[in-house]
Amino acid sequence: MATGRGFYRSLVGKKIVMGVTGLIWVGFVVGHAAGNLLVFRGPEALNSYSHFLKSTGELLWIVRAVLVVALVLHVIAAVQVTRQSRAARPVGYAKQEHQAATFASRTMRWGGALLLVFIVLHILHFTTGTVRPAGSFSTTDVYANMVTSFRIWWVAFFYVTSMAALGFHLFHGAWSSVRSIGVSPVSADPLKKKVSLGLALFLWLAFTAIPVAIFAGLIG
Amino acid sequence: MNLTLHVWRQAGPDAPGKMVRYEANDISPDMSFLEMLDVVNERLTAEGETPIAFDHDCREGICGACGLMINGIAHGPEKGTATCQLHMRSFSDGAAIYIEPWRARAFPVIRDLAVDRSSLDRIIQAGGFITAATGGSQDANAILVPKENVDDAMDSAACIGCGACAAACPNASASLFTAAKITHLGLLPQGQPERYRRALSMVGRMDLEGFGSCTLHGECQEACPKEISIDTITRMNRDFLRASVTGGRE
Repeated sequence: MATGRGFYRSLVGKKIVMGVTGLIWVGFVVGHAAGNLLVFRGPEALNSYSHFLKSTGELLWIVRAVLVVALVLHVIAAVQVTRQSRAARPVGYAKQEHQAATFASRTMRWGGALLLVFIVLHILHFTTGTVRPAGSFSTTDVYANMVTSFRIWWVAFFYVTSMAALGFHLFHGAWSSVRSIGVSPVSADPLKKKVSLGLALFLWLAFTAIPVAIFAGLIG
Repeated sequence: MNLTLHVWRQAGPDAPGKMVRYEANDISPDMSFLEMLDVVNERLTAEGETPIAFDHDCREGICGACGLMINGIAHGPEKGTATCQLHMRSFSDGAAIYIEPWRARAFPVIRDLAVDRSSLDRIIQAGGFITAATGGSQDANAILVPKENVDDAMDSAACIGCGACAAACPNASASLFTAAKITHLGLLPQGQPERYRRALSMVGRMDLEGFGSCTLHGECQEACPKEISIDTITRMNRDFLRASVTGGRE
């Protein structure tokens, strides 16, 4: 259909695609963080939760497919809008002072690239067990996989760094996605991002607490 | 006051340009920024040099002709102020001031600080109007409009088309300009018949002119001399999304 092609050809259409796919991932990471926090309740809780996820069968694969498609679309659209935006200013300013842009908004591209690398390594590490920093990998004992991995300083460091990037990416992204898809209400101060800040802080703390607690020997 | 200016000088659209240093002496703090440039230009003319080219017209902040990147901020340090309404009292004596033209592929430099902003005109031509019925004029209150809509439409209609939004945007996106017009017309009954066609064609034209993509940094809202809200961009995206689904029909 001509409309569909015209939609994606436009930069606004690409941003709407990025917004929708971004929000799908926001939903996923919230669930993921909540599930992971079970590690604080001991091996039983975490392993039975992981067993439950794997027992959902087709449903699990549908969720995985949706996430992969969303990620691919998000990244392709991001690369395309970045290229067009760079081309839109061939000669830069000798001096430019940002008035509203935040560290989070200005690092969406590099932070996003880091997150992409993280997602790939993370799946190879904890899902497929292809990368085994601790040497061993169990398909049933997720708790042990976590504990043995995060006792290694550079694994813990990589996860902590990546989760800081996730926090910043979501602080700007969760807020801007909602606006990009055109559903946010009229507000007196549109640049305020209270909900987004709360969400980013929760996810950052939840995901960072796990490797830090394990590395410090509080768990395991 | 005495100031040191660093001004972008470029002889023509294809000529190479560079920052040139000028001393602006005995400047009154009551002068507007453009009057300060006038003083510098008078001296340059007397010395046989080519004066600095810059756009200006009404000099009362309502026409949108002026627009300079001053010390890295579109229209300078005062919020909600066009370059012509910026006064030298906003600077301290002895200050160095960097003055550059709007930078965007869609705003090619004509000469020095003057850029060609006809790309914005072409976005308006693509749909930033209502096809008005002719004939006898209606009674003033025959068409009722909710107060909030009138207020929001008026706030968006305040756009003077200066281009500061695109100039300040790290992505050189003209989203705020286009969104302001789409919001202004889309909130009023007269704008309804062409509302979705308008969103499609104005957004399409904006891309065609080579502007970048909105990433909601919010720089445009801060730079806008009329303080137009980025809420308008959300509205533009919503209208565009709906128009894409319906093919621009109502």
